[in-house]
Amino acid sequence: MFYLRLAWKNIWRNKRRSFITIASILFAVFFAVFMRSMQLGMYAKMIDSVVGSYYGYIQIHSKGYWEEQSLDNTFERSAHLEKEIKTTKDVVSCVPRLEGFALLSFGEQVRGVSLTGIDPNEENNFSSLKNKITKGNYLIQEDKGVLIGEGIAEQLKLKCGDSIALISQGYHAVSAGGKYTIKGIVKLNSSRMNNSTIFMTLGSLQEFYGTGNRISALAINLKEGSNAANVMAAINPKLNVQEYEIMDWTEMLPELVQIIKADSSGGEIMVLILYMVISFGIFGTILMMIAERKYEFGILLSIGMSRLRIITVVLLESIMIALLGVGGGVLFSRPFLYYFNANPITLTGKAADTLRKFGFEPEMPTLLDFSIPLTHGSAVMMISLFLSLYSVFSILKLKPLEASKR
Amino acid sequence: MSLIQVTNVHRVYNETDIPVSALKGVNLSINEGEFTAIVGPSGSGKTTLLNIIGGLDSATDGSLEVAGKNITHLATNELIDFRLNNIGFVFQAYNLIPVLTAKENVEFIMLLQGWEKNKREQRAMQLLEEVGLKEKVNSKPSQMSGGQQQRVAVARALASHPKFVLADEPTANLDSASTNNLLDIMVELNQREQMTFVFSTHDQRVIDRARRVITLEDGQIKSDIYK
Ligand SMILES: Nc1ncnc2c1ncn2[C@@H]1O[C@H](COP(=O)(O)OP(=O)(O)OP(=O)(O)O)[C@@H](O)[C@H]1O
Ligand SMILES: [Mg+2]
Repeated sequence: MFYLRLAWKNIWRNKRRSFITIASILFAVFFAVFMRSMQLGMYAKMIDSVVGSYYGYIQIHSKGYWEEQSLDNTFERSAHLEKEIKTTKDVVSCVPRLEGFALLSFGEQVRGVSLTGIDPNEENNFSSLKNKITKGNYLIQEDKGVLIGEGIAEQLKLKCGDSIALISQGYHAVSAGGKYTIKGIVKLNSSRMNNSTIFMTLGSLQEFYGTGNRISALAINLKEGSNAANVMAAINPKLNVQEYEIMDWTEMLPELVQIIKADSSGGEIMVLILYMVISFGIFGTILMMIAERKYEFGILLSIGMSRLRIITVVLLESIMIALLGVGGGVLFSRPFLYYFNANPITLTGKAADTLRKFGFEPEMPTLLDFSIPLTHGSAVMMISLFLSLYSVFSILKLKPLEASKR
Repeated sequence: MSLIQVTNVHRVYNETDIPVSALKGVNLSINEGEFTAIVGPSGSGKTTLLNIIGGLDSATDGSLEVAGKNITHLATNELIDFRLNNIGFVFQAYNLIPVLTAKENVEFIMLLQGWEKNKREQRAMQLLEEVGLKEKVNSKPSQMSGGQQQRVAVARALASHPKFVLADEPTANLDSASTNNLLDIMVELNQREQMTFVFSTHDQRVIDRARRVITLEDGQIKSDIYK
């Protein structure tokens, strides 16, 4: 207790220097936390807009489907399997989908589109598709109409009520074709999907392709914060591995993982540089402090204060300074994180274009996750403790005779 | 039996190319209750001798006994404890911890020895009163004159009930009024409490008040006079 008080008093004997040191730690932690919260927030949004609101964190397919996404690699829908999956721990929803390609023709215009068959109710629970309707209405069960991506609608000047013709090759190469009425227009998060996807009920699409009761995927969403690997391990024994494949989103979307990794490493380097700069600052403070107080330490050693006790006081000083800086930085960053979580920064220019090209909204809502301040706070604490080893060694080398010279 | 027994002590500094022989066979015995000045020209070895007696430095040759214990070969960490429990130190200047008040500085030694709070405070107050600083108990060193700081240092040196107090030129930075005042206090403590003082000095006024004067010259004792 006395050592704590002594250390506290010692910090404030050179007010300006301690203040500068604390402030530099504070700003380093602030910037590290703010920057990473922004980056990780953007990735979370990217993942959510692609994975959470469409792909699902886990998908189950017929074996070989992901390699060769054809109708021949679909599987017979099984109520038993779906029930097994839905009752697995941490699974919040599991929806069936059938996917394929077709040519759309409207008037003189023809273009390629991807068709997705869904269960309207279950899909809405899964990806809130209904909320993405910008014009017209959502599908009802057994609906014969279709929903089209906003991008296609704009490019082909389609509107609700228009009739489009779809032509394709169906299951086992039978020819498929049909006329469909546009029931609604949807704005999808991913611009690639927005420009190519058409939804209809699973039943309509199965009829169109002649697949019977087959589907191409079961998409699974998980409770927030749960671990996909654990859930996959729990589902695995319920699957016939000869028949099915199970994948998490990182396997399905390696490009997304790559983009995030590449972008994130830039941020990590920035943080590293920031840490290096404050390390020099902290080290400078320690050097000055030791030089200034060598004589005083000599006196203390002479009158009988052990090195261990002197070291205790000096380490407490370092810990207090670091704690003040780290605590201040974390506290100071909170309001900013909350503000930019509620009012995300929207990127403009090249960065925004790049993101859009990959189908992401160029918005950066900050992540409020406490693991970020925890990581950076403890990293800075470690750095400053590591650097105070220098003072420990200086004190260990100290001779009481230093006191009698000045 | 003598309190401090220095036997044939040599100290050679090997820090430069040419070894410096600072003490060349010093023999000395100091008894309890003495008030001893060590004098001599600059470079004669006064500081070196006091450092060795205080366990701050060790002799190259010879032996040293303090309070019946041979400390010649104690390890440095044992010496720290030995100093804490047996010797009070007053240095030439900057003795005190700058962030602590006079009272806290005096308590500091007792704290290191593990005294309980009440006893610490009581003794610190009593000692500060004895050195005439009753009004300054809550002042920081920077708020006191050099003489007042040295008096706090004396109070601190006495706090732990040491066997003796060592002071290397305690008055070197003081004006004559403060010097007299500090000496009055030391003499009084010596007479009333039989506290042993060993100090070095250049100052004739200080030498005049010592009861025993040991003169060093070129690392050897030239004279040893009881007055
Ligand atoms: N650390 C050291 N390294 C080398 N030589 C030293 C060292 N300390 C002292 N000396 C030498 O030892 C001799 C005695 O020095 P010491 O400091 O004991 O003298 P002193 O009597 O205290 O002098 P002063 O009155 O100036 O304080 C001197 O010749 C000095 O140069
Ligand atoms: Mg000297």
